[in-house]
Amino acid sequence: MTTTVVHERIPEPIGESKPRLDNRKKVTGAATYADDMQFGSGLLYARILHSPHPHALIKSINISRAKALPGVKAVVTGEDFPGFIGLYLQDRHIFCRDRVRYVGDPVAGVAATSEEIAVKAVNLIEVEYEVLEPVVNPEFGASPDAPLVHPQLSEYKVVPFILPQAGTNISNLFKVRKGDVGAAWEKCAAIVERKYRIPHIQHVPIEPHVAIAQVDETGEVTLWGSSQSPFAQRNLIAQALGISQSDMRVVAPYVGGGFGSKAGVSMEALAVAIATKVRGRPVKLRLTREEEFYTAFVRQELISYFKMGCDKNGKILAMENRFYWGGGAYTEYGVNVTRAAGYSSTGPYEVPNVKTDSYCVYTNHPVGGPMRGFGMPEMHTGLEQCIDDLAHEIGIDPVEIRRRNCIREGSILVTGSKMHPTGLPQCIEETAKAIQWGQKASPSAPNKRRGKGTAIMWKAPAMPPNAGSSAWVELAEDGTVTVGLGGQDLGQGTFTVCAQMAAAALGVPYESVRIATPVDTRFSPYEWQTVASRLTWSMGNAVVSAAQDARRQILDLVSEAWGEDPEDLDIRNGVVVSYKSEQEIPLKDMVIYGLPKPNDSGWMGGPIRGRGKFMPTYVTSLDPETGQGERAVVHYTTGSQSVELEVDLDTGQVEILRGASSFDVGKAINPEMVKAQMEGGFVQGLSSALFEEMKMVDGYMQNPSFVDYRIATTTDAPSDLQSVIVEVPQDDGPWGARGIGEHSMVATAAAIANAIFDAVGIRMEGPPFSAEKIYLAMLDAGIVE
Amino acid sequence: MAYHKITLTINGEPEQVDVPSNMTLLKMLRERLGKTGTKNGCAAGECGACTVMVNGEPVNSCMILAVECDGSEIVTVEGLSDHGSLAPIQEAIMESGGVQCGFCTPGILIASQALLNRNPNPSEAEIREALVGNLCRCTGYVRIIEAVQAAAQMV
Repeated sequence: MTTTVVHERIPEPIGESKPRLDNRKKVTGAATYADDMQFGSGLLYARILHSPHPHALIKSINISRAKALPGVKAVVTGEDFPGFIGLYLQDRHIFCRDRVRYVGDPVAGVAATSEEIAVKAVNLIEVEYEVLEPVVNPEFGASPDAPLVHPQLSEYKVVPFILPQAGTNISNLFKVRKGDVGAAWEKCAAIVERKYRIPHIQHVPIEPHVAIAQVDETGEVTLWGSSQSPFAQRNLIAQALGISQSDMRVVAPYVGGGFGSKAGVSMEALAVAIATKVRGRPVKLRLTREEEFYTAFVRQELISYFKMGCDKNGKILAMENRFYWGGGAYTEYGVNVTRAAGYSSTGPYEVPNVKTDSYCVYTNHPVGGPMRGFGMPEMHTGLEQCIDDLAHEIGIDPVEIRRRNCIREGSILVTGSKMHPTGLPQCIEETAKAIQWGQKASPSAPNKRRGKGTAIMWKAPAMPPNAGSSAWVELAEDGTVTVGLGGQDLGQGTFTVCAQMAAAALGVPYESVRIATPVDTRFSPYEWQTVASRLTWSMGNAVVSAAQDARRQILDLVSEAWGEDPEDLDIRNGVVVSYKSEQEIPLKDMVIYGLPKPNDSGWMGGPIRGRGKFMPTYVTSLDPETGQGERAVVHYTTGSQSVELEVDLDTGQVEILRGASSFDVGKAINPEMVKAQMEGGFVQGLSSALFEEMKMVDGYMQNPSFVDYRIATTTDAPSDLQSVIVEVPQDDGPWGARGIGEHSMVATAAAIANAIFDAVGIRMEGPPFSAEKIYLAMLDAGIVE
Repeated sequence: MAYHKITLTINGEPEQVDVPSNMTLLKMLRERLGKTGTKNGCAAGECGACTVMVNGEPVNSCMILAVECDGSEIVTVEGLSDHGSLAPIQEAIMESGGVQCGFCTPGILIASQALLNRNPNPSEAEIREALVGNLCRCTGYVRIIEAVQAAAQMV
């Protein structure tokens, strides 16, 4: 294992809030996103014919009229591409072959010399369907009565830790059987049982998906795209097309927001597939905002059942949870959401008796993929309301019940492994303090009610056990440093953080470090994907290791030249210094040309290039019947969020007055950027709690526009938003760091739900907690007339 | 499609462009003039990523035809800085940490600059109101609002 544990001494600029590397390009309009790239007059424009039915068999496709249209260069269908694609479960073709499974499923693709001609051509394709009954509810979908969405499920290729159930719509089932739940209930002084329903939402990056693909005469493919996962795209698309990964090149310029929607492969494969039929010409596919809403990934919906009980002191004795994840038409990626929810199904609590069944269910809805939080916001939204209800039932303060039960170092987790050191108890105190928990302020008007709520969370990076990172570090003639890496900056700031880590590990000023961008699989070192909030930790370790390797090469060379012990040498501010002889040499004088040997006898050294890698080596498999195992995950980031809000009795409208977040990030490499993640995640969580829902009727999305699918704006974000960093180091993180990007929206919706309950005493089955829904619930409860 | 020869000023420079009747200002800027700093987020006037100033007013450039801009003065994000010297709002948003993915940033900067031009000392509520049509999915807006306040102090 190449761990690089470096937390004896915190060197500069670790822990300093350095400005973003890409700031200036982004504020001047100079930053190049995929849609800004220029491909000249040879560029072709692609459009996709989508299925108009949620579930149907394709009886025939006639492309002859489309093909005959002047300016059309290619028309492709599923017949052209027999291969399967998928990250964990290969359940998808690039274009549908015999069956469509959601409204938006790609049926055919066109490349033409203009967008207008491409649109016309798509409309000339004739498809005959035999409409089938759709599955639109995951709980029903899991039953034996449901029509099968994937009759061939048992034949699909799948990774060993995903367990599809043949002959059903269940593409993964994760089970936990720990202790004896049945015997535990009678020892409980209070038991609550609840059901929640979390709707599909969408990531809504402000930049829609864009991909440009070109296949040259030798068959080499280049894909330029807005991507979180250039290497995963290389791998999966190459497999689907039956070509070598080395002949599939992915170039990833600036990304205008991802949140999971640009991870794995979605529409990129369509562009590549079409480009194979027009060799030599670049083909550009850009999703419209409407297509972005339901033809790219969406967040899975969830129907969850919780039963939990505690003794008279509020100590939780048992949990029994059932999750029906609406995975949509293809669950190639979503199956692992189900697994993550299973091995995290107690939330951040130590519970001795647990029974969980987490089902991933095919439905005829858009494709459920990874989204910020990877199942944790959906699961915690129910779980953390249930914990509050349990607290009220047993008569203990909601914050107090969390203090008494939350995981601490050494706690036995739901999978049987032991919790590493964690700052969760401190996070709970921080957010309680921030919103003055326990003190009830009076409402701002007689028609308003004020409430406070809190919720806590945990989340592990959900990924294969052996997801790897690599990096290199090079120096130029002037001593400046360039770091090669394969992860992507989606806005979270990973390039800046990696530059800080390289500067610290090498001993150079932050200002002299560059990142080799854009990430290009032909030249950049391997990185699994930019997902799971894993880059600061995993890619960070690789960058530190590469910088240390370069440092070692430099110090070995200088020690030989000066006849000194490398232990007496250091690199400070870009200069090699000897603490013994007090000699100095700037890096620029030796990192390319080396150093002369004594007595004019030649030269030694040469261009310096450090390399590093990181891959966790300790994650074990879990028993398929019990979910128990030695180590389920690499680590958990934990945290707490609290809110204070007002509910308007006349309208049902919620105003968030104050929000507070506290997360244990191990070590904040760049504290202001960590806080920016906490703020942005809070507001995205707020938006999902109050506004967001893909309104699905019989498989059709009713609201695919920003007017009908509202996200939080400037007037919704609270001005009082506090973020408190807690730092309990991660043993194998760079300077103790672990991730924060996704965690920041996990507990928000639950905290808001708990505050609404505190204000007006109502609970709803699920978000969005819209004014209308709250008002109607208040009417039902007799709170308003 | 009929074409029209239009004359307009973009970031202080006079331009003459032949545009089809149905071409939006956004498309003209990005595809005819290489001004790709202005972003296309929805092409429906709903996200604000394509905001530019037309005669001093912030406008969704996806919702106005290029021919309507004949004789107008347009300012895009590329025109906020002056020979490499950044405008206060650009400095302020870098300082506050109000940039993440950067895709909404050009529109936010233009809308903020338009606000500051007409109201050099906006209140927090006025800033929120002025930017309500500019969606940002990354930042939670907090640092963007701080940046506008800070820029107002700098001017």
